[in-house]
Amino acid sequence: MLEIRNLHARIVDDGTEIIRGLNLTVKAGEVAAIMGPNGSGKSTLSYILAGREDYEVTEGDILYNGQSILEMDPAERATSGIFLAFQYPMEIPGVATMEFLKVAMNEQRKARGQEPLKIPEFLKRVKEAAASLSMDMAMLKRPLNVGFSGGEKKRAEILQMKLLEPKLCVLDETDSGLDIDALKIVSDGVNALRAPDRAFLVITHYQRLLEHIVPDSVHVLYRGQVIKSGDKSLALDLEANGYAGVIGEAA
Amino acid sequence: MPAVQDTIDRVRKIDVDQYKYGFQTEIAVDKAPKGLSEDIIRFISAKKDEPSWMLEWRLEAYRRWLTLEEPTWARVNYPKIDFQDIYYYAAPKSTPGPTSLSDVDPEILKVYEKLGIPLKEQEILAGVQKTDASDLEEPSDNVYKSGRVAVDAVFDSVSVVTTFKKELAQAGVIFCSISEAIREHPELVQKYLGSVVPTSDNFYATLNSAVFTDGSFVFVPKGVRCPMELSTYFRMNEKNTGQFERTLIIAEEGAYVSYLEGCTAPQRDENQLHAAVVELVALDDAEIKYSTVQNWYPGDAEGKGGIYNFVTKRGDCRGHRSKISWTQVETGSAITWKYPSCILRGDDSSGEFYSIAVSNGYQQVDSGTKMIHLGKNTSSRIISKGIAAGFSQNTYRGQVSAHRKATNARNFTNCDSLLIGDQCGAHTVPYMEAKNSTAQFEHEATTSKISEDQKFYVMQRGIPEEEAIALIVNGFVKDVIQQLPMEFAVEAQKLIGISLEGSVG
Repeated sequence: MLEIRNLHARIVDDGTEIIRGLNLTVKAGEVAAIMGPNGSGKSTLSYILAGREDYEVTEGDILYNGQSILEMDPAERATSGIFLAFQYPMEIPGVATMEFLKVAMNEQRKARGQEPLKIPEFLKRVKEAAASLSMDMAMLKRPLNVGFSGGEKKRAEILQMKLLEPKLCVLDETDSGLDIDALKIVSDGVNALRAPDRAFLVITHYQRLLEHIVPDSVHVLYRGQVIKSGDKSLALDLEANGYAGVIGEAA
Repeated sequence: MPAVQDTIDRVRKIDVDQYKYGFQTEIAVDKAPKGLSEDIIRFISAKKDEPSWMLEWRLEAYRRWLTLEEPTWARVNYPKIDFQDIYYYAAPKSTPGPTSLSDVDPEILKVYEKLGIPLKEQEILAGVQKTDASDLEEPSDNVYKSGRVAVDAVFDSVSVVTTFKKELAQAGVIFCSISEAIREHPELVQKYLGSVVPTSDNFYATLNSAVFTDGSFVFVPKGVRCPMELSTYFRMNEKNTGQFERTLIIAEEGAYVSYLEGCTAPQRDENQLHAAVVELVALDDAEIKYSTVQNWYPGDAEGKGGIYNFVTKRGDCRGHRSKISWTQVETGSAITWKYPSCILRGDDSSGEFYSIAVSNGYQQVDSGTKMIHLGKNTSSRIISKGIAAGFSQNTYRGQVSAHRKATNARNFTNCDSLLIGDQCGAHTVPYMEAKNSTAQFEHEATTSKISEDQKFYVMQRGIPEEEAIALIVNGFVKDVIQQLPMEFAVEAQKLIGISLEGSVG
C-alpha cells in the first residue's frame, strides 16, 4: 500500500536535510510502528507523507497504491485516503467541531463524486463514533480543539479518523499527553479500525502504546533512515536496552 | 509541486475577475449633462418634481461644498477625482419615478432577476409557503426567496419599484423612495432630513446633499413593530455615473425596524463614485437594526477600475432607551471610506457596530465607527473583524467619546485583524476620549495571520485550499455573522468565501 523509496527531503527554509535515503514498505492490513530517538525524523516523515509544503523532496519517491503522491497537495492526499492524526492538533476558533466534521466529510465525498451526506445520516454516524470514544456530544458543539484538553484533542483526532474512513492512517505520537484511561480509549478506537484493506503507521517514542496497539512490524528511524526493522519483539528490545545498541550496530 | 502550482496560477489568471455581478444592461437612459453646477442641481430637482424648499436645501449644500476640501486623513490612495467628469443623474428612460411593477421596463426587471432579487411580490409570498423539509437542511442560494422582505430597488439615480407598500401601509409603516417621500410626506422629510448628518457635515456628505438622486425612506410610527424586513437594493449600471443615494429611517417611540441594504455594480475599467448618506433617528424606546452587505465591484486583479465608496452613515439615538445597531459586511469597492456611527443622546440608549471588512487584490478599506456618548448610562459595543488578503490595505478607525454629562458611559471595543499572505496590511487606529470620570471604556485588539499550521491541518482533512481559508475566516468572523438577519448570514458567508478566491496560491 505504501512504498517509500530512497527518500531524501529537506526543510525548504534553510535546506537542512532531515530524511536521508529512507526506505519503507507497508502492506495493506499491516500496522507498522516507527520508533526512534528524538530528532530522528519521525514527525517530519509524517508531515512529508501528508504533503506539508515546508519540506522538499530532493530524491526518491513515495508510492501509495503504486502511484507517486509527490505532486499531490495535502487535500488531494487526504481525499485519496491518507490521514494524519497530529501530535499537536490545531485550534480552529469559531468553527464548531460538528461543522468541521461535516465540511471535511462532504468535501471528501465531493472529490470522490459522491452526494453530500443527508443530515440525519451524518448525525447518526457522528453519534456512533463519538459514543465509541466516550466523547460527549456537547463537546462537538465547541470550536474545534479550542480549549480541549490534551486527551480531548487526541480523541477528536481519532473521531475524525473514524468518520473519514481513510486507508492509510499515520498516527504521530498519539500517545503523548494521554493518561492511561485515555490511552486505552484511543487505542481501542484505533484497533476497531484495523482492517485488511487499511494500513497504519504508528509513530511513537515508547513501547507503552504498542502494548495496546500491537504492531505487525517495527522500524527504527535514526538520522532520517530506517536502520533496523523487525517484529514486535524489536520494540520490547528497544524498551529494555535503549536505542544505543541498535544505533551502534548500524554504524 | 511547482508544475502543478503553475497550472493553477495560469487557470486562475484566465478567470481572474470572479466578480459575479459584473454584467451591464443596455437600457435607454435619461442623463443630465456631465459635470456639476447650480444648473445641474436645478435639473435634478426639476426632474424629480421637487418643491422649492428642497431645491434651496440642495443649492445651499452645493455652495457650501464649493468651499470644502477633500479629506486626506484616511489611509487610502487614489488619483484625484475630477468631479466635473461625472454624470450626476441617470435614469432609465421609461420610468420617470417609482411606479407600479407593471410599468417597470422589463429589461430592469431582468437585471434584478439576474441578481436574484425578485421584485414580484407573489414570488416572495410563494417563498413563504414553502416549508419543504429539504429547505431547512440546505439554505437557499438566494436569501430573497426564503423570506418576506420588502424591497426598494434603486437603479442608477432612481428608485424603480418598491414592493409590499400596501401591506406596510396597513401597519402604518411608510416605505418608499426618498423622492416620493419629498413629494408625499414633506413634513416628515423637512423635520428629519439633515437632522443627523447636516448638509455641512463633511465633503462627501455635503456633495450628497446637493446632488442626491434617490434612496429609501422609512417611517415607523409610534409603537409599531415593522412586520417584515425592509431592504433596498442598489445597482449602479451607467458608465461614468456617480450614485448618490440618501436614506432616511425614522423609528418613533417604541417602534422597531430591521433594514438591509445590498449593492452591486457592473465591471468597468473606470472608477465610479458612490457617495451615500444614511440617517437614522430613534426616538424613546425605539430600535433600528441596519445591516449592509456591500459588494460593489472591487476592481480587477491589477487594481484597475472599481467603485470609490465614500459613505456617511449615522444614527441618532435621540430618545431615552433607544437602540441603534449597525452590522456591515464589506467585501466590495476599490476604496471604502465609511464609519457608521451612533450618537447616544438619550439616557440609557445604546449603540452597536458589528463589522466584517474583507479586502483582497488592491482594495483599500478605511472603515470603523464613532460612538458619541452624550446621555447618562449610555452603552456601546464595537466588534470589528478586518480580513486582508492579496495586496490590500485594511484599516479600522474608531472613535469613542464620552461627554462631560455622560455619566456611567460604557464602551466595549474588540478589533481583530486577520492577514492572509504577506503582501497585505492591517491597521488599527482607535481614538478614545472620556470627559467624565465615571466612563468605562474597554479596548481589545489582535492581529493574527492564518498560520500555515492551521491551513495544513484543515487541508489534511480533505478540504481544498480555498475552502480551508474560507472555513478559517468564517470562524474568525462568526461573532459578527451571528448579528445579521438569519437569511443574510448565509449569503454573507458565501460572499466572504467568493471575495477571498484567488487570495492564495
